[in-house]
Amino acid sequence: MARIEVLKTYKIFIGGKFPRTESGRYFHVKNSEEKLLANMCLSSRKDFRNAVVAARKVQEKWANATALNRGQILYRIAEMLEDRKLQFIDELILTGSSKPQAKKEVELSIDRLIYYAGWGDKFQQIFSAVNPVASNHFNFSVPQAMGVVSVIAPNEFPLLGLVSMIAPIIVGGNTCIILSSEKNPMVSISFAEVLNTSDVPHGVVNILTGKRSELIDHFSSHMDVNAIVYCGNNEKQILNIKTLAVENLKRSYIYKKTNWDSDESQSPYFIEKLQEIKTTWHPTEV
Amino acid sequence: MKLLDLNKTPTIDKVGVHERVNRFCSRSVKTSAKIQGLYLTLSMIDLTTLEGKDTPSKVKHLCYKAQHLHDSIPDLPTVAAVCVYPTLVGIAKKELRGSKINVASVASAFPSGQSTLEVKLADTKFAVEQGADEVDMVISRGKFLSGEYNFVYDEIAAIKEACGNAHLKVILETGELDTLDNIRKASDIAIYAGADFIKTSTGKISPAATMPVTFVMLNAIKDYHKKTGIKIGMKPAGGISNSKIALQYLVMLNETLGSDWMNKDLFRFGASSLVNDVLMQLVKSESGIYQSLDYFSKD
Repeated sequence: MARIEVLKTYKIFIGGKFPRTESGRYFHVKNSEEKLLANMCLSSRKDFRNAVVAARKVQEKWANATALNRGQILYRIAEMLEDRKLQFIDELILTGSSKPQAKKEVELSIDRLIYYAGWGDKFQQIFSAVNPVASNHFNFSVPQAMGVVSVIAPNEFPLLGLVSMIAPIIVGGNTCIILSSEKNPMVSISFAEVLNTSDVPHGVVNILTGKRSELIDHFSSHMDVNAIVYCGNNEKQILNIKTLAVENLKRSYIYKKTNWDSDESQSPYFIEKLQEIKTTWHPTEV
Repeated sequence: MKLLDLNKTPTIDKVGVHERVNRFCSRSVKTSAKIQGLYLTLSMIDLTTLEGKDTPSKVKHLCYKAQHLHDSIPDLPTVAAVCVYPTLVGIAKKELRGSKINVASVASAFPSGQSTLEVKLADTKFAVEQGADEVDMVISRGKFLSGEYNFVYDEIAAIKEACGNAHLKVILETGELDTLDNIRKASDIAIYAGADFIKTSTGKISPAATMPVTFVMLNAIKDYHKKTGIKIGMKPAGGISNSKIALQYLVMLNETLGSDWMNKDLFRFGASSLVNDVLMQLVKSESGIYQSLDYFSKD
């Protein structure tokens, strides 16, 4: 007897749970031969709002976890992804990658997680300084997490692009809400399953699927978001982000590059960009 | 004055109550109706601080907030009352002089109610002497659960007398009463013994206010009104932390008791974090931008 096909329902990832979009809407993801692969949630601004609440709630706790612990958790994500490598390769092939491309993308993603896991308790030393001052003070500067970050992930490299965004953001103690690749969102939700089994506290990473054009204004304007990262080349969208981000002086970072598989796409500076530098003046003896 | 016959207190259909409450939660309140509801919510809030660590400056801070919820929105209503412990009533009274905001005080060995009647009466009288306009008392749940209804009734009546002109709100602490039948019974006792308001919870016990519990209490009020024509007020307290829930309570109130109850004289929310959420919603609906607590005064 033929088995009944068991298809996966792709939902979104908010606060450690997998709800459907509150809007009840969905969109089709098709392969190059126009065959339907999945119905994805078409997230609404209210899903984003809920995700920000989840991200804000856990941010302080996450930032207060030890740097070592955050690094360990990133390493754990890498372990879990390694474990499910074949599934991710298959999923990428389904959506148009060749087998060698897919294998390379998954392996690079794992390596990138390990790269940032290693930086977890080291970047602070690189970016800190003791500053010479002309008074009786011991003056030093240290990086601190910015808070909640909204991210428009790259359309290219649906997995590697996502990992390249998430890893440097969370290793520095931030929490994030990510709109995954619009073209190829399936793999982002499978990655959410990996996150969910890796001791990442609920709400540290929230993943939405949907349309950039609908969500980008809210990603940029939300007063409780401290920074926005945008990957893409749409000048109109970039201008929009820069304008709306002004309201609460959000930091905004625009990445027009698409070569997320290159070595230069991983660097401690990706961590540093999402840190605020705090300078302390400590009185010393006269 | 009608006499209370507990044999005539109806039993509660739990499933029916939950079904009905779910209906209230499915109402869609949008745009201008939502704004109106949010304004009404603000005007019904008893801004509350009931902690062991309360200090005079914290109460002063709270009183300032009560009068200046968010000055960048013009024509905002003030909250209905500030609710504090008896020893801090004097300070709140002084800070709120000249405003229309009432001072409410908890009394009668709040929150446990485990003390003698003499102590409770002295506690109540002290709060009233200090200038409290409203007194929130707790019933003796231990006595209630052991079936000593007369004791509970007499105690409420005695405290009502000690209140003088101050309004009496009777806290049932529904989280400790276990069943909806008990809650209905306690509501009836409180109403007949002279409560001006009945209130769900102290905020110290979980679960605090829930919609099914409030619905049962609203129905006790409705039945009493039918019988005597007297309008008793309702105050759910604790656990109402955001605007959406508050609006659902207002829907329930309107559909159970009608528009006569839709004002601060007959309905209150006991809450503190609710204020900022309502304010954020109001600013959001005006600007279209989701708000952050960073830009609103701390509770």
